[in-house]
Amino acid sequence: MKREIVQVIDLSVDIGGSAVLQHVSLVVYEGDFLAIVGPNGGGKTTLLRVILGLQKVSGGSVKVFGQAPATVRERVGYVPQRLFFDRDFPVTVQDVVLMGRLSKKRMFARYNRRDLDMAGEVLDTVGLLSLKNRSVGGLSGGELQRLLIGRALMGEPDLLLLDEPTASIDPEMKTSIYDLLNSLKERMTIILVTHDTGAISRHVSRIACLNCSMVMHDNAEITGRDLQQIYPYPVDMLVHDDPQIRTLKKH
Amino acid sequence: MPEILQYEFMRNAILAALFSSIACGIIGSYVVVNKIGFISGGIAHAAFGGIGLGYYLGINPLFGLVPFSLLSAMGIGLLSRKANVSEDTAIGAFWAAGMAIGVIFIGLTPGYAPNLFSYLFGNILTVPSSDLLMILALDVVIVVSVFLLFKEFLALSFDEEYAEVSGVKTTLVYLLLLGLIALTVVILVRIVGIVMVIALLTIPAAIARRFSRNLLSMMVLASLFSALFCLGGLWISYLLDIASGASIILIAAAVFLAVHLFKGEAGSR
Repeated sequence: MKREIVQVIDLSVDIGGSAVLQHVSLVVYEGDFLAIVGPNGGGKTTLLRVILGLQKVSGGSVKVFGQAPATVRERVGYVPQRLFFDRDFPVTVQDVVLMGRLSKKRMFARYNRRDLDMAGEVLDTVGLLSLKNRSVGGLSGGELQRLLIGRALMGEPDLLLLDEPTASIDPEMKTSIYDLLNSLKERMTIILVTHDTGAISRHVSRIACLNCSMVMHDNAEITGRDLQQIYPYPVDMLVHDDPQIRTLKKH
Repeated sequence: MPEILQYEFMRNAILAALFSSIACGIIGSYVVVNKIGFISGGIAHAAFGGIGLGYYLGINPLFGLVPFSLLSAMGIGLLSRKANVSEDTAIGAFWAAGMAIGVIFIGLTPGYAPNLFSYLFGNILTVPSSDLLMILALDVVIVVSVFLLFKEFLALSFDEEYAEVSGVKTTLVYLLLLGLIALTVVILVRIVGIVMVIALLTIPAAIARRFSRNLLSMMVLASLFSALFCLGGLWISYLLDIASGASIILIAAAVFLAVHLFKGEAGSR
C-alpha cells in the first residue's frame, strides 16, 4: 500500500459567498504524477491553495503528509501560475532561486556557501545557470516559469504543486518544461493544474477533472450517469488510470 | 568651502546629511519596491503627535517622536492587515489623528513652541551634537536589522505569498519593516521635516532603481543620491539663504525629473 501524500475528504470552499469547491474528495499517493484539468473558474487554483494551507475551507478535511497543510509547508514546493511582480524590481535570477531556501532557514540566518552551491545546481537543472546574474524583469515567460520551478526545487520538496506551468509559453518551451517535470517525477510526488490536456497525457500517471466538484476513483472509470445520480452538478471529476490510451471524453 | 567648515553648525549639518542618507537609502529602497510611500507619509505625519507631546512634557521632541512614530507604524500596519480596514483608510486616520494630537498638545503648552517650524519643514542647520549621536544610533539599529533580515525583507517585498508559504512570519516581518521606516522618519524629520519626509524616502531610491540590478546596489546608490541631494541642498541654502529642507527636496525633485525624462526617452527609442 503506497503512502497517502494528500488526502482531501468532502472539501467545500466558499469565497465571497459563492461556492468555489463543493464536496471534493481526492487522494494522492506517493510517487503520483497527477494532472488536474478543468475549465477556468473550476476551482483548480483554489484546490492547490487549500493543499498549501493558504485558503480557508468551509467544510471537509484536508491532510498533507497526514497533517494539517499549514504545518508541513517546508515539504511542499509551490510553483504559482504567474508571478505578479514589478518588472522593475531589482532582483537577480540567483536572488529569486535562493528564496526557495527560505523554508529551510531560520529567521535572521543568512544564505551560506551550501545554499549558493545548491542554487548553482538547481539553476543548471532548470537551464538558467548562464542567466544567474540577470535581472528577473528581463526574462521571457518560459525562463520565468523555469525560474519558479527552480525556486520550488530549492526547498527539496517531497510534493511539488504546479499551477498552469505552461499557460503563457510557446509549444517548444512547453516540451522542455514537461521534460523537466519528467525527470523530477522519480524524486517527488507532483500535482499539476493545467488546461493543456493534449500534452500532459503522455507524462502524467493520472488525470483528474475539476469543475466545482470532483470525485476520486482509484481504479475504475465511472459513467456520467453514475455521477449524475450521486451529484446534482453538471460536471464531475473522473480519474483515468491509463491516460495514454484514451483522450478525455465528455462527462 | 573650508571656511564654512569652521562653524560647528555647518560640520554638524554635513554629518547629519551623511548619517541620515545611510538610513534613507536602505529604508527608502524598501519603501519604493514595496510601494508604501504613503504609509511612510502617514507614519511621519502621525508622529507629529509625539513632537507635541515632547513640547508639552518639556523634553527633547525627538524623544516623543520615537515612540509615537513606532506606535503609529504598528497601528497602521495592524489595522490594515488584521482588521478589515483598507490600507489607505488606516493611513488617513492615523495621519490626521496624529497631527490633531500634536496640535492640541502644542496648544496646551504654555508660551511659544520654539523650533516648531524646523520639525515641520526641517532645518539641517540646527542639528545639535546630541541629535547627531541619536541619528547615528538609529543608523546602527537599521543597518543591523536589515543585515539580519535581508532575506525575509526581500522575500516579503518580491513575493509575499511565497514568503508566507515558506514559513516566513510575514505580518511580523512587515511590522518590523514599518518599525524601521518609523525610525528612519525620526532621522529625516531633523533634515527635511515631517511634511517632506516622504520625498526623501522615495526619490533617491526611485532614481537608484533605474540603475540597479539587485536590492543591495539599489540601497548603496540610493544612499549616495540622498547624500548628494542633502549636501547640494545644504550648499544652495547656504549660498542663497533659503530654507534647507525645501532646497534639498527641490534638488531631489529636479534630478528625479531629469533622470526620468532622459531615461524615458532612451527607453522609448
